[in-house]
Amino acid sequence: MDATVERKAGQRQVAVRVSGVSKVFNRGAPNQVDALVEIDLNVYKGEFVSLIGPSGCGKSTLLRLIADLIEPTSGDLVVNGKPAHQARLDQDYGMAFQQSGLFDWRTVERNIELPLELKGWDKARRRARSTEMLSLVKLSEFSAHMPWQLSGGMQQRVAIARALAAHPELLLMDEPFGALDEMTREHMQAELLRICSETGTTVVFVTHSIPEAVYLADRVVVMSPRPGRITATVDVGLGRDRSELTREASDFFDRVTEVREALRGTHVGDAVSGIDDR
Amino acid sequence: MTARLRRLIMFPLAFVFVAALWEAYKAVGPENGGTVLGIRLLPRTADRAMPHVWEMVSRLGRPEVRGGKETILSVVASATWYSFKVALAAFVIGALLGIAVAVLMARFRLVERALMPYLIVSQTVPIIVLGPLIIGLMAYGSRDLVSKTWIAAILLGVFLAFFPVAVATLRGLQSTPPASMELMDSLASPWWRTLLKLRFPAAVPYIAPALRLAGAAAVVGVVVAEISLGVPAGIGRLILSYGQDATTDPPKLYTAVFGAAALGLAMAILVAVIDRQMMRRHPPEGN
Repeated sequence: MDATVERKAGQRQVAVRVSGVSKVFNRGAPNQVDALVEIDLNVYKGEFVSLIGPSGCGKSTLLRLIADLIEPTSGDLVVNGKPAHQARLDQDYGMAFQQSGLFDWRTVERNIELPLELKGWDKARRRARSTEMLSLVKLSEFSAHMPWQLSGGMQQRVAIARALAAHPELLLMDEPFGALDEMTREHMQAELLRICSETGTTVVFVTHSIPEAVYLADRVVVMSPRPGRITATVDVGLGRDRSELTREASDFFDRVTEVREALRGTHVGDAVSGIDDR
Repeated sequence: MTARLRRLIMFPLAFVFVAALWEAYKAVGPENGGTVLGIRLLPRTADRAMPHVWEMVSRLGRPEVRGGKETILSVVASATWYSFKVALAAFVIGALLGIAVAVLMARFRLVERALMPYLIVSQTVPIIVLGPLIIGLMAYGSRDLVSKTWIAAILLGVFLAFFPVAVATLRGLQSTPPASMELMDSLASPWWRTLLKLRFPAAVPYIAPALRLAGAAAVVGVVVAEISLGVPAGIGRLILSYGQDATTDPPKLYTAVFGAAALGLAMAILVAVIDRQMMRRHPPEGN
């Protein structure tokens, strides 16, 4: 164990506590889906956790439960020391999706100011913050552009700036780089790590890319489908100073292999239950 | 810039083209009309039916009635202006009402299910019967009937204008991207703020073209009401009364037709400007 994990273990400040959470869709109907069963997960303050698994494993559902966008069938969710619902009302987290979800009719800076408007900030304060966020994501000269004038990677950076605009301690991300090409994607991953280390934000990051999960995270949570559950947790232990060289390090490949093997188990189970279904 | 210049030239050119077409047909067409496959289709080109374009234009400068002081141009212009004001009122009220009804339907599923069938059926009623119906329902006295028929004209215009706006706005409000809705939820945005900040602006590309339809519908409703109710002012009334003079003064009717065309054009330009303003911040088409 390296120093950062030791320190975190010592503090043990929990940002997100998921205990015994299950989610059933269409309960009682013929198309009932056990999306998640008895999930326990703690995310510590300042930690970067990746959720990875094949589609249908419930990783996005778990993220939406933490965000209080859907309600659990059973179990308990605590975010920032309060019930998930209260955390959402207090805008305790920022969220970014695969689609940047920028509003076409707003300039880049007014998109970033949206969460602040909903918090009732006055215009001068909003503008000051959006200027700060734009320089954080290195898009200062594009403040007055319309979203559709930007490339996909730039749009996603604006979405991240929007998610962080209210300075939340927690960032929830659902495959935010899934629609980007490989080069842009690696660049965005490095940018995200830089932003997180500058702001000290806790991140829960859903992805289906193994290298992405390993490169970004302190801890990779591996999930499997039918029913959705956590099958393994991989401590990455690459430290926080990661660069492009990290992607070529043997430690990195070891962790990638570890996650891949953990996932392979889920795929075998997936195939078997897939046959059972038919 | 060049596109704008081209539009500026094309606009009067279109009028010249129509006038030339008119005169060309008048020159070669049959004097007393003609039949195609046994059906009377070709219009008569005799001066009494198809006056020369220059006769219509010069008629504008002469008095409305022989020996009168006011030129027909100023009579037609003031009648057109009157109808325009009524149509504008119908358009504005109809559009606002349409949006309000759509918001209610988007908010309460029950309202949508209760109201939608009536909305659709309402548009199958022939509008010409509605004028007298509205007058009858409002129980105006015989003297009021003369002075207040314009209210009935507005109501008819509203009736026609609000429908396309209501339907398009509802569709627009229901097509908000789910990801954007989720974003607003994650920000704990209340329903009405999501409406104002997201759903309504996102519906603008649906609403703007519907407003164009509503503008045209308002004009139709008002002119039809003026004709069928005998509103004592307005371009519809002029078309009716000038039509009766057509045998003795053929170009006269066409001066009223010019007025009606100008009315439609003015409304079209107005709604085009509104459309452009509303779509100003949205991505250009094909993006």
